[in-house]
Amino acid sequence: MTDISDILIILFILIGAFFSVVTAIGLIRLPDIYSRTHAASKSATLGVMCILIGTLIFFLTEEGFFNSRIVLGIFFVLITAPVGGHLISRAAYNAGVKLWDKSIQDDLAKKEQFEKEKEGSRY
Amino acid sequence: MLDIVVSIALIAVVLSMIGIVYRVIKGPSTADRVIALDSLGISLISVIGLVSILLRTSVFLEVILLLGILAFIGTVAFSKFIEKGEIIQRDRHK
Repeated sequence: MTDISDILIILFILIGAFFSVVTAIGLIRLPDIYSRTHAASKSATLGVMCILIGTLIFFLTEEGFFNSRIVLGIFFVLITAPVGGHLISRAAYNAGVKLWDKSIQDDLAKKEQFEKEKEGSRY
Repeated sequence: MLDIVVSIALIAVVLSMIGIVYRVIKGPSTADRVIALDSLGISLISVIGLVSILLRTSVFLEVILLLGILAFIGTVAFSKFIEKGEIIQRDRHK
């Protein structure tokens, strides 16, 4: 039994460490802030959740009961990390940070320009 | 076996934190720095999970929750400051 739990812990921890490294590579190499937010919010969330699941299984076999603090931590990270990524990329767009110069389509700018023209024609 | 794997994962996570610090220093806009600091806090959560496996103690697990909450509040406050210029609004009916 201990061997199976060890294998599970090792698997989850290695997956989590891999996704942490992927987060760092994405934050360094991606071109603009929106793609960097994409890398940071998704893969960092998955990596830390895998590592915390490994910790949960470790303490489940070590102490023999379900450690509710880790479950709360997993749940909280799952809820809040994508919300944080959304908020910061929205704030960057409203503050006027430019997209990557090779990006093709910007529908939000088109929508804002359309609404501005509609306001102008009304008055 | 488990200790070796946890040490390797700890080294990998710390190296990725160093990579994220590069983005905090270099990042062209403020939002880049904020998103890098947010993922730095999330990496710190996984460091604490790995260290509590290495030390075989469960007394550090409150720190996980605390760091998650603090990273989220910091990100929300910074994004509101970038967007509106103030964090807690004085006049709501604007």
